[in-house]
Amino acid sequence: MTAPVLEVDDLRVQLRTPRGTAHVVNGLSYSVGPGETVAVVGESGSGKSVSVLALLGLLPQRVATVSGRALLQGEDLLSMPPERLRQVRGPGAGMVFQDPMTSLNPVLTVGRQIVEGLRAHADVNAAAARRRAAELLGEVGLPDPERALDRYPHELSGGMRQRVVIAIALSNSPALLIADEATTALDVTVQAQIIDLVERLQTDHGTGVIWITHDLGVVAGIADRVLVMYGGRCVEDGTVDDVLERPAHPYTRGLLGSLPDLAAPVGPGGEVPDLTTVPGLPPPPTDLPAGCVFWPRCPVRGDARCETEQPPLVQVGSGRSGHFGRELPHRAATWCSEEVR
Amino acid sequence: MLRRTGQSVVVLAGVSVIVFALVHLVPGDPIRLALGTRFSQETYDALRERSGLDQPLVEQFFSWAGAALTGDLGVSFRSGETVTSLIAERLPATLTLAFASILVALLIAVPLGTLSALRPRSLVDRGATVLSQIGISVPEFWMAIVLILVFAGTLGWLPSGGYVPLTEDPLGWAQRLLMPALVTGVVSGSVITRFVRSSVLEALGADHVRTAQAKGLPTRQVFTWHVLRNALLPLVTVTGVQLAYLLSGVVVVEIVFAWPGLGQLALQAVQARDYPVLQGAILLFAVVFLVINLVVDLLYTAIDPRIRR
Repeated sequence: MTAPVLEVDDLRVQLRTPRGTAHVVNGLSYSVGPGETVAVVGESGSGKSVSVLALLGLLPQRVATVSGRALLQGEDLLSMPPERLRQVRGPGAGMVFQDPMTSLNPVLTVGRQIVEGLRAHADVNAAAARRRAAELLGEVGLPDPERALDRYPHELSGGMRQRVVIAIALSNSPALLIADEATTALDVTVQAQIIDLVERLQTDHGTGVIWITHDLGVVAGIADRVLVMYGGRCVEDGTVDDVLERPAHPYTRGLLGSLPDLAAPVGPGGEVPDLTTVPGLPPPPTDLPAGCVFWPRCPVRGDARCETEQPPLVQVGSGRSGHFGRELPHRAATWCSEEVR
Repeated sequence: MLRRTGQSVVVLAGVSVIVFALVHLVPGDPIRLALGTRFSQETYDALRERSGLDQPLVEQFFSWAGAALTGDLGVSFRSGETVTSLIAERLPATLTLAFASILVALLIAVPLGTLSALRPRSLVDRGATVLSQIGISVPEFWMAIVLILVFAGTLGWLPSGGYVPLTEDPLGWAQRLLMPALVTGVVSGSVITRFVRSSVLEALGADHVRTAQAKGLPTRQVFTWHVLRNALLPLVTVTGVQLAYLLSGVVVVEIVFAWPGLGQLALQAVQARDYPVLQGAILLFAVVFLVINLVVDLLYTAIDPRIRR
């Protein structure tokens, strides 16, 4: 049994906004093992991005209050001094952001932006760092890496830029890679290439990956485990098979029901089954419901406690051991599953 | 680049037509003003013929513009000196004041604007906002008079005005430069402070700053290379505009401090309807604007790779 790379315990994030305090993340706990990919899914505004930005202290300090514990290789990210946190950003955890068009500095060359990351953590001279940068660009599949070093971001396509961002994130061989909607802004073929790339690098380096997305297709392709977020809480988590095949939470079922099923039987007149949607919008984080966060939109509402009492996250299926020798329980926070009743 | 220069030439030609027309539209007869109250019709006609003012306006324009192309801006009606020598005489004082002012402006604006952006809505930010509002709205002549009253009058630390060349008396040069440079510098600095604040604020919020932090760069490096470096672009533009404005003579400040610059020259030329001097001065201001805009564009291509082809 190997120690997890990241262990998050009761992470809470509040943001001060003009409309009052927003409870964006409300008690999130999960862990990521070495070489494991955990997908975090949920709608926009469910707190996915904020929850990972909080880990690396990348939220504006003026407005964000973060509490809980997040052990990265045994060290608590949330309580470490700023200088130590700076040292961990890079070698401890690398991050890939959503929009490759804006996540690189437009006025600095690609090479410079990789080299400065390398030299912030290791005592290497400029020439050696440049060679390493070219190697990295080669690794992420940029053609002609030597020349690419002297290019500016605007001279590269979106997919190429995202490879550069990945090269930067991987440049210090991080134990954990956080990909925040890393392929959302890219077209499907490029998306597939990027996913392949991360998987390959993950196998080579044994990196733990947190993959934030709202694309369930991507989840099925890459994740070992899935964590479904709603209203800043984890409403369901488990292995990909458990969550996608046997969803227990009405919200997860709603998400899955809103995907087209290409294998579904076509009716005699050629009609295809209707897609279901989850009506309504997520609750504003400044005004969360008292009971189950999903209650206002829930089509089931099968229990009297739904409206008033928060359902705990409990095991819903048979626990199974994953290929890392760890228990991988399937849990959901709902009053509507067999186990809770 | 070639096209850019070509455009400038066209603009300059247009400007010279407008300048010429405007100057001649100003009511008042320069010959009468030059001759005083008692003169004979013969003297008047003779002088008028000599200055070419008896020619049709279109012909006057072409002979002026033609001469201007060869660097000859004509002769002052009032003093009889060539316009080029008059301008050359005033140029050092104007250049000195303009560059000193822009230096003062940047020394105020860059630290103040940056601090404001780093701590929005803090005491520093609010203070800077109020100060720059005051700097923009208080009339220059009033600020100048107050400074003279305090530093030249009550305290007696500085001379109240005038100009001596740096080569003759370095200390006197600096003493006389200080107050006018402060007044114009504060005004320009107030404008630039607002720009620095907003551009640093914008740069701070950019996604790439988060990327830079996420790779574990030290704060200072993030700030220098990912915030200030990017905020430099709008700063160059606004500094260029301010410099052009300062170079074209800050008339009021020059008058109050008896600073013998181009603004003063232009004002005197207006009062005397000294067409050649006025035309020459305005033409020079137009050239200054064009040249500075050209330089700003060149600087832009140097610091923003997105503009290079």
